[in-house]
Amino acid sequence: MDNITEILKQAKIQPLGEAAVQVSFGDKIDPQLSRCARALGSELEKSGLAGIKECEVGYTGVAVFYDPLLLGQEKLAHQDPELSYSFQVISERVRKILAEMKLGAEDNAPKVRVPVCYGGEFGPDLEYVAEYHHMTPEEVIKKHTSGDYLVYMIGFAPGFPYVGGLPEEIATPRRKTPRLVIPKGSVGIAGKQTGAYPLETPGGWQLIGRTPLELFRPHDMEHPSVLAAGDRLEFYAITPEEFKEIAAREGGGSK
Amino acid sequence: MKILVKKSGPMTTLQDLGRVGFQKYGVLVNGAMDSFSSRLANLLVGNKPQEASLEMTMIGATLELCAGTIFALTGADLDAKIDGLAVPRFRPVYIKKTCTLRCGFSKQGCRGYLAVAGGFDVPVVMGSKSTYLRAKIGGFQGRALKDGDELSLGTPSAALEKFSQRLAAKGGPNAAFSTVTWFAPGNFVFGDEKIRVIQGQQYDWFTPESIKTFFSTPYEITLQSDRMGYRLAGATLAQKEERSLVSEPVTFGSVQVPADGNPIILLADRQTAGGYPKIGAVVCADLPRLAQRQPKSQLHFKEVSLVEAERLYLQQEHYLQQLADVIERNLQ
Repeated sequence: MDNITEILKQAKIQPLGEAAVQVSFGDKIDPQLSRCARALGSELEKSGLAGIKECEVGYTGVAVFYDPLLLGQEKLAHQDPELSYSFQVISERVRKILAEMKLGAEDNAPKVRVPVCYGGEFGPDLEYVAEYHHMTPEEVIKKHTSGDYLVYMIGFAPGFPYVGGLPEEIATPRRKTPRLVIPKGSVGIAGKQTGAYPLETPGGWQLIGRTPLELFRPHDMEHPSVLAAGDRLEFYAITPEEFKEIAAREGGGSK
Repeated sequence: MKILVKKSGPMTTLQDLGRVGFQKYGVLVNGAMDSFSSRLANLLVGNKPQEASLEMTMIGATLELCAGTIFALTGADLDAKIDGLAVPRFRPVYIKKTCTLRCGFSKQGCRGYLAVAGGFDVPVVMGSKSTYLRAKIGGFQGRALKDGDELSLGTPSAALEKFSQRLAAKGGPNAAFSTVTWFAPGNFVFGDEKIRVIQGQQYDWFTPESIKTFFSTPYEITLQSDRMGYRLAGATLAQKEERSLVSEPVTFGSVQVPADGNPIILLADRQTAGGYPKIGAVVCADLPRLAQRQPKSQLHFKEVSLVEAERLYLQQEHYLQQLADVIERNLQ
């Protein structure tokens, strides 16, 4: 726990423009930093401070977007006229939250299970990944379904998870030439990252399979993204038949 | 009431002030590139400033407007005409009989905004009417307008009733539209003064020469620029040493520099996070002016302090508030 206290104390608060700050706990991809970032994000949202528009949790910290006009109406204990008023307000509030923040024991929320149909038309690069590592496709699938995955943040595309924890043995460089279209639901590998594309987009990841889950649900205001920062993940293999069944249940959006 | 889109123009989308609160789910903010002009257009027709407007890029749309429609144009001068008569910008315009508003190529600025009294009646998706092109949600059917689209309009505020009657009585019996003699000054968005920038989080990663270069030489907005970002061409910028950055949140106006040294200014349709070092951030008060610069035009940057950026922000908000107060009185 001392480690966490130390991380919180050393938080750096930097302006991200004059209407946002970036609170950083470090510059490495690390589960502890990620935990601090998520905890601060949820505390800030609970704080109800008028003028805070939104918080975005990243790998190593939190960006807080605010309205300088509204924050200008907040009181400051110690004001330095040489500094931006709203920056001082937001910094003071963040420091206060950090000083009082208690991180409980690691939560043991159940893993989110993501079904994946590997190989074939769903994973055109599975063979390549297997060859690259001198494995069989089955061995790649076994490795991919055995990883202990953590969602660090959601970004790049709506509902797209930046996932850490890919077994080193199947880490594979991106494709030399990115594909112009990656089908929705595609599950891929890029270096030591793995993830799933919620929308059809261009991209250079090695595609090993596809999930029938609708990862982005724009009409669900509460949970537009099935995954959230901090989720622990597990991929499990399904057959093409199961893929069809789940896709139909999900609303038939995945083809 | 409805608007029939006869010709959409190359990039005409519905935009409000953006989809706020969902970046943590990777959902882009979107929203008007020049939010000042979009807010002003809405105020001029008695709407709330956060209502959506039509953002037209470089070439405007041709629209059939019904009798009784009140609309306002702000931002770029898209050479708008009705029956061959120029339609003035920055003021409410009343349509006396169903007619066609024809816009053309921009004579000044890059993005024109059209707001209608009552706003556009499209579904609110995740708190916003902004078009999210990539995700195909929001705006009109989640896409840019096409020829033949029909846009439904909302009901104008009741407070506008008297004003509407006054405008209906103005102009000759054959006139297609009538308007007022006053206008709201929203022309500052075309100012070509330097674009002001505050230091970005990785400002110190760049060599002193590069920082000096960035703030003293011109950069051209290349043709590979859109609502997502302006890709700039000019002197390339070098880092002191090769360092890698873990992806982190970015904002509207962030100036990031990829390995090739050519800066990119992130705009309304930016991704929620980026992994390139940020040399600076364009101050919010200069984003409307930036949004009105056409491709191939030159930008000069000037470094300002965070305190100055905040002062400019508040000054612009107060200016808009003053305009809002005067407009509200004039619409009574």
